[in-house]
Amino acid sequence: MLSLVVFLPVVVAVVLLAVPRVSDPVVRWTWIGTSATEVALLVGMWVAYSPGSPGSPGTSGFAYEENQRWIPSVRAGYHVGVDGLSLPLVALTAVLFLACAIYSLRQTERVRGFATLFLFLETVCLGVFVALDLLLFFVFFDLSIVGMYFVIAGWGHRGAARAALKFFLYTFLGSLVLLLGFIGLYLASSPHTFDIVELVRQDPAAGKGAVAGLILLALVLGLAIKTPTVPVHTWLPPAHVEAPAAGSAILAGVLLKMGTYGFVRIVLPVLPGTWRDYAPVIVIVGVLSVLYGALVALAQRDFKRMIAYTSVNHMGYIVLAVGAAALVGQSDAQARQLAITGAVTQMVSHGLITGALFLLAGVLYQRGGTYDMGSYGGLARQLPVFAGITGLAAFASLGLPGFSGFIAEFQIFTGSLRGAPVATAIALLGVLITAALFLRAYQRLFLGPPSRQVVGDLTVTETAAIGPLMLLAVAIGLFPRFLLDVIEPAAGAL
Amino acid sequence: MITSLLLVLPELLLTGGAVFGLLLGSFLPRRRQWAVRALAALVCAAALAATVAGWHRTSTAFEGAYSVDVPLGATRVVVLVSVLLVLCLAGTDIHGHRRESEFVVLVLLGALGAVLLSGANDLLLLVAAYLLASVPLYALTAFGKDAPGTEAALKYYLLGALLGVTMLFGALLLFGTGGATAYPALREGLPGAPGAAVAVGVIALFAGLLFKAGAVPAHFWVPDVTEGARPPVAALVTTIPKIGAVVALYRIGTAVLAPTTLAWPLLVAIIAAATMTLGNLAAFFQDNVRRLLAYSTIGQVGYVLMAVAAATGSGLALPSLLLYLGAYAVTNLGAFAVVCAFPAARTLGDYTGLRRRHPWLALSLVIVLLGLVGTPPTAVFAGKLTVFTAALDAGFGWLVVLAVANTVASVFYYLRWIVPALRSGPWAGERPGRWAAAGALTAAPATILIGVLAGPVLTVLDGGPLPG
Repeated sequence: MLSLVVFLPVVVAVVLLAVPRVSDPVVRWTWIGTSATEVALLVGMWVAYSPGSPGSPGTSGFAYEENQRWIPSVRAGYHVGVDGLSLPLVALTAVLFLACAIYSLRQTERVRGFATLFLFLETVCLGVFVALDLLLFFVFFDLSIVGMYFVIAGWGHRGAARAALKFFLYTFLGSLVLLLGFIGLYLASSPHTFDIVELVRQDPAAGKGAVAGLILLALVLGLAIKTPTVPVHTWLPPAHVEAPAAGSAILAGVLLKMGTYGFVRIVLPVLPGTWRDYAPVIVIVGVLSVLYGALVALAQRDFKRMIAYTSVNHMGYIVLAVGAAALVGQSDAQARQLAITGAVTQMVSHGLITGALFLLAGVLYQRGGTYDMGSYGGLARQLPVFAGITGLAAFASLGLPGFSGFIAEFQIFTGSLRGAPVATAIALLGVLITAALFLRAYQRLFLGPPSRQVVGDLTVTETAAIGPLMLLAVAIGLFPRFLLDVIEPAAGAL
Repeated sequence: MITSLLLVLPELLLTGGAVFGLLLGSFLPRRRQWAVRALAALVCAAALAATVAGWHRTSTAFEGAYSVDVPLGATRVVVLVSVLLVLCLAGTDIHGHRRESEFVVLVLLGALGAVLLSGANDLLLLVAAYLLASVPLYALTAFGKDAPGTEAALKYYLLGALLGVTMLFGALLLFGTGGATAYPALREGLPGAPGAAVAVGVIALFAGLLFKAGAVPAHFWVPDVTEGARPPVAALVTTIPKIGAVVALYRIGTAVLAPTTLAWPLLVAIIAAATMTLGNLAAFFQDNVRRLLAYSTIGQVGYVLMAVAAATGSGLALPSLLLYLGAYAVTNLGAFAVVCAFPAARTLGDYTGLRRRHPWLALSLVIVLLGLVGTPPTAVFAGKLTVFTAALDAGFGWLVVLAVANTVASVFYYLRWIVPALRSGPWAGERPGRWAAAGALTAAPATILIGVLAGPVLTVLDGGPLPG
């Protein structure tokens, strides 16, 4: 079942490539149909994922588990499964890819290539979140870079070639450093294995001293580049600015989550002791990302670049939470669970809201030909629907109650306060700055006298793509239980 | 004697194919010379079958001078498959050529030399195999009878002759100090011999093998030969002899040098580090596709040598080495297949518009180039993963870190080729050669297949049962 969900998009992609001379509308609707099927399958899986039903988590804590031998010489297997940490992200991935498919209905440039790349990326992203084997995780992790490179380089704006190259080299370095860490874990375990569940049971780094520190360094560096955190975030702004709107949405909404997901899925459970030893450093990195991301975003004139930097800020909260969770330790299980639940909720929330914001940025660029906020003004009168939804997304992103961001950040702060009170207090400043920058951006774009004539409010397809993302963000903000009930047990077991 | 002959049946088939092909070629009219090529392909297929049938026979032939075991078996398979691919790539180039049968015979003899290199269990046989693996390739390099080919052949020959003599000198020194030329006897004799003399002997012996492998400091011929020779020959020269030479290095290291106090793993590790770094850095700003590929092959040999350095320190070294060699051969030949398909496209810019005109060849090119980077799930990824693991296991952490840095750097120049190939624009090139295109379209999926099936392949290379 899970394998079907993961590999369906890439199979459709191969078919699309293999069939000669398919017309663009057929490609578009096949793409949307496949993505919609994925969402439907995941809704089914989500409903069935509860104790007592067919999709209930097994004794290992994972539902829909599949475990096949793959490379027995190094004890790596095709081991997949979902639990409360991964299921929300898998669902988020499917939803965002559907949104991008609908948004790209108006795409006219090399539609077949674009659709197949996105279908390929969907498989890869789903694969990362369901993988329970380090090698399998790495395979998908690495392929996501390759896929996104071609999206940026092939369909990006004018400076795309450079930005794509920087993105590829930078994140590829991160993925290889991560691989080094994986190999280190493999060699440290006894018997050697790449299986995450098995590694969690073994706690391979216990009593290994400096070696454990080096493994942690490799893992954290590799994941931090992907997340990205300060100071290894510099690939992100150019990649976002030059990428096409749908590419940005996936990059921010899904690909960035791979880094933070790696922290909760791999680093935290496999290296608990070492992680605790170095948690203060992680917390500091998290707080720095929060503040630096917010401050730099405040200084931006470019709307898309600003959203890119708020991603650094939002990812910083997650890093802070996973660091603080280790500092609380086992003494206060409730705070720990709260912090991790907040981290996972933040991943989902950020994926929805920032995905929507990047698609909206795409609309802005398409109407006005620039991302420069200074050259707009008074758009609220000219494009009322666009202004409304963008306002909604901006408020959601700054963490207003009633939106998913509030639920996430509230849990992160409450959970982290016990473990890292000073850091949490400083990080709260980040929320303030984010509020300021979003309000300022909103004023510049939508209020005041119109500085130029911009026509074309949100079309039906654009609304159909972006609207559901905002609806979900509001739904999580108002009725968070359906999400938290899934996340909490897994976060507590960590 | 008869059992020995049976053990080396694949080698005999290659020899017989070469001799019979030469005879056949001298009788056939020029338009029917393809029969010689068909014969060679048939011989390779038969030799492959013989290898697989005798996979589990571990023995020595000819009074211990020749080892028949898994490393030899794997080399045979890789070399034979490479020969088949090279014959396929050369299809358009040599079909109806005046010296078509000579080409085929030289390819068979060169391949035989590479296989013998990997199986040699005696210094004398090793030196003989070196010559057999070299001389046919000198002739092949100059096969086009044009100025660049002749110049390249001369360079290749001079360096080969120099390092061949050096190698002979090394063998002589080891014979003098160790009292034997057979590996098992040397293993007994060398630990008691004067260290300095043994060290000089080993370095001199390695020189010849490093030349065949195209590793630093004996790599100077690689770019010139790759650029000067006909593309199928370049594909052959950068693939087949390397395989035999690296396995020979591994064999000497484990069978002869293991009990000595010589720090040969460190020596190999340093050579590996220099090779991968130099190869990758030199490839950076190459505009000529063949020179770029030449330096890329140098870089790849650096990664392979990591497994040799780990030979005595990790149980994974041998299977990882053989897996990497196979992965490298198929992927590298895939990249050369695209070059062979468009022999007139010399610079990276000449590939502009390939995607629009020949989408499948463009896709193959992207797959093999990303494969050379080591992107999962291609074969080279599985190779790199296991080689890195083996090297880390053997305590060469610094080497692995360097290899990672090199891998990231290599992305840059492979992308320099991928970008124009995918760019929209008018395609200025000619129609692709049918045979070479077929080779590319075979090699690209094969690299993915080997990568996905790395599990069973590694089991077999580890001496495990054959699947099925």
